[in-house]
Amino acid sequence: MKKITRGNARKISRRSFVVGSAAAGGGLALGLSLPLAMTAAHGANGGAEINAWVLVKPDDTCVIRVARSEMGQGTHTGLAQLVAEELECDWKKVAIEAITPGQNLARKRVWGEMGTGGSRGIRTSQDYVRRGGAVARTMLLQAAAEQWKVPVGELTVADGVITHAASRRSTSYGKVAEAAAKISPPDPKSIVLKDPKSWKIAGKPMKRLDTSDKLNGSKLYAIDVKLPGMLCAAIKDCPVFGGKVKGYDEAKIAGLPGVKRVVKVKESAVAVVADTWWRAKAALEALPIVWDEGPNASASDATIAAHLSEGLTAETTNGGRQNGDARKAIAEAAKKVEAVYSTPFLAHATMEPMNATVRVSADKAEVWVPSQNSEASLAALSEASGVPLAKCEVYRHDLGGGFGRRGGTQDYVHQAVAIAKEFPGVPIKLIWSREEDMAHDFFRPISQCRMAAGLDADGNLVGLHMRVSGQSINAWLNPAAIVGSRDERQLQGLWEQPGDAQLGYDVPNLAIEYAMRNTHVPVGPWRGVNTNQNAVYMECFMDEAARAAGKDPLAFRRALMKNHPKHLAVLEAAAAKADWGKPLPAGVHRGIAQFMGYASYSAAVAEVSVSANGKVKVHRMVLALDCGHVVNPDQIAAQVEGSVAFGLTAAFYGECPVKDGRMASLNFDTYEIMRLAEMPKVETVLVPSHDFWGGVGEPTISVVTPAVLNAIHAATGKPVRSLPLKNVKLV
Amino acid sequence: MRLNINGKVRDVQAEPDTPLLWVIREHVGLTGTKYGCGVAQCGACSVHLNDEVTRSCSIRVGDVKPTDRIVTIEGLSAASSHPVQKAWAALDVPQCGYCQSGQIMAAAALLKRKPKPTDADIDAAMTNICRCGTYQRIRAAVHMAAGNAVRSGSTAPVNGKSARA
Repeated sequence: MKKITRGNARKISRRSFVVGSAAAGGGLALGLSLPLAMTAAHGANGGAEINAWVLVKPDDTCVIRVARSEMGQGTHTGLAQLVAEELECDWKKVAIEAITPGQNLARKRVWGEMGTGGSRGIRTSQDYVRRGGAVARTMLLQAAAEQWKVPVGELTVADGVITHAASRRSTSYGKVAEAAAKISPPDPKSIVLKDPKSWKIAGKPMKRLDTSDKLNGSKLYAIDVKLPGMLCAAIKDCPVFGGKVKGYDEAKIAGLPGVKRVVKVKESAVAVVADTWWRAKAALEALPIVWDEGPNASASDATIAAHLSEGLTAETTNGGRQNGDARKAIAEAAKKVEAVYSTPFLAHATMEPMNATVRVSADKAEVWVPSQNSEASLAALSEASGVPLAKCEVYRHDLGGGFGRRGGTQDYVHQAVAIAKEFPGVPIKLIWSREEDMAHDFFRPISQCRMAAGLDADGNLVGLHMRVSGQSINAWLNPAAIVGSRDERQLQGLWEQPGDAQLGYDVPNLAIEYAMRNTHVPVGPWRGVNTNQNAVYMECFMDEAARAAGKDPLAFRRALMKNHPKHLAVLEAAAAKADWGKPLPAGVHRGIAQFMGYASYSAAVAEVSVSANGKVKVHRMVLALDCGHVVNPDQIAAQVEGSVAFGLTAAFYGECPVKDGRMASLNFDTYEIMRLAEMPKVETVLVPSHDFWGGVGEPTISVVTPAVLNAIHAATGKPVRSLPLKNVKLV
Repeated sequence: MRLNINGKVRDVQAEPDTPLLWVIREHVGLTGTKYGCGVAQCGACSVHLNDEVTRSCSIRVGDVKPTDRIVTIEGLSAASSHPVQKAWAALDVPQCGYCQSGQIMAAAALLKRKPKPTDADIDAAMTNICRCGTYQRIRAAVHMAAGNAVRSGSTAPVNGKSARA
């Protein structure tokens, strides 16, 4: 089960892992030990480093270090809240500092894992960052006690001010920081963390710490990097996956303004380097390139669909689960329900296109890059440049969107290094055009699903058979995670085991199977990964089964959820907030769905109308979420609202057609993204059960589409079984 | 050629068919204006051209007159003091932030034209893409900047109780 719990969080790629292991004595092998050895050192830029997580300046500013990436999801603010809570500092004086992977490596990974995916940014670092804050607090208090020669137990602290009531003395963190930095830290494991019920900073809707420079253009994303002597590169990879460069005519662009030269990048891509990116791109457009398109040039949507369709009934499978005898129960049932669903490839389409700026010298390699996994960036830089890890550095920039695209693969870093090696000592900024970004994504995998159910005479679900046939992310990115022929990742959200991605239903006869049917299209994790598709299949079919049983969709689900109180609680919370069962304005219909992913429980109710000419309007969506502990309710609401836009974009518009072996939709004119006018009113209901740590960035996306499709079904009387909706004639 | 950007006249050396976006970013060095699509779809490159919001990726710099007034996000206000910027801060609108320069420029242009926009006005004017999905807060922040009544933010109630103090 461990494999699927990682969600879209890839560890460093296997190739990078080898580099890391060899050069760092396994230090980069990741996550095997928690970063509890908090070595102290003095801060370089003023102030004293109390431990790895906390640096205190003389003016009482507490600089809180963060290792995870920020791509809009609010993790930096949330992590700072957790550290500050235990530190007992003044929240108004908190600043964030993102550490680099070079620093992490040099200090034996004192900050732990840096990868940011799988909605893990907070949930898998919360324990050690809180301990980090608590250890620092202990040391600061100890320093004051030693200064005053009083027992530390007589001191109190609030907002970074330490008080000894008996002697009416007080001091501040800034004043004792130098002394505190010299104190031996207590064992972090000996610390008793605060009961979340007593939180004053964590758990509260604090404003984000990283908003101000997003309002006036001063925030520097990696795409904005400017370095002395820098040149810019535009790139075109063979549009057909697996193809190669046959040749190009550099003479045709000789003399174009600003152009330095053409570089062939690996076997499959061509880059033009110029003094500005626009000139590089203009010259690349003018450069005649001949491709060897290879064996995939005849692949199309039709060939891929046929390949997947065969998997729906194939005899052998690649893992799954079963209890009872689903086939027999369905065959013998009073009533049978069957449906085949499909979901397409999807692109991430981060607003900031892929980019990396690289400078390679004889003894140093550097990259400025937006990355969800800076250590994978470091490993890619070292591997591609041949410069040892210890002489590589990654300068982190917050990402203009990530959504799983900028994790372990680091393909754009490999490309940028290959170009930069041709220009020793010169920084090269590689930017992908939007068209390149859409042509060479690691797409959300395509899949189909055959569902069959058996109902008894009373309309009870007695058998359920689910067969997913589709492309495997592990097969493309992480084959080692496939054990024998079993690939459990694709059945995310459908498992029996509790913890991360459990199906919320008990069915007496159940079979869930995965048939791996790979294509030549690169695939990868896409915000929510496989929960999105699996929730469409399961939850839309639950509504079809409920209808066939003549039962209310909520009541039908409820009957299957007796042993799943947390799943049921969020479902009930969403239904209650949305007034499930109560009258709606004429023409408006409701749909409901629930699913689990990233250790969190989600449910949604959609209110939808369908016009006489088949146009859908989503009026309102209520989402309920149990993510265990709530670190910042306002930022969770922001993620839920965003997840609705992300989910509805996929539901209405998302598809990446394959034509002649290549992607046919290359910009937002054809790969449409939902706009503000279509955004429904979103209401977020948090129902935290306070006994686990669940993810937030991804889980709620999964319930958005099925809730809407179920509402459409209610409105039209016809199920929707293929996406996107723009291709479906509803009336 | 000569451009008036943020009230300052600047000489730039660029081919006339260079998009204004890339002149702003690479020749003038103002990087708050973003590249998102290059085909006037996403609006990340939005600037004001003589007070009208304009997608700078799709304007040739050669078609811009020296007398045209270009305002980028950097020139919208001193110290982020424009009501739109203040409302964006008050409601924590940005997530990744990459599209927000363009969103703010579009909102500021809307309010100049329609100081009290309706929801329909906002629907029609705010057509920029946000991949993080901040649309709900953008709508609320435009209303707030206009001094319209604002729904009480979007903080989620926790177990039925509002978490906002």
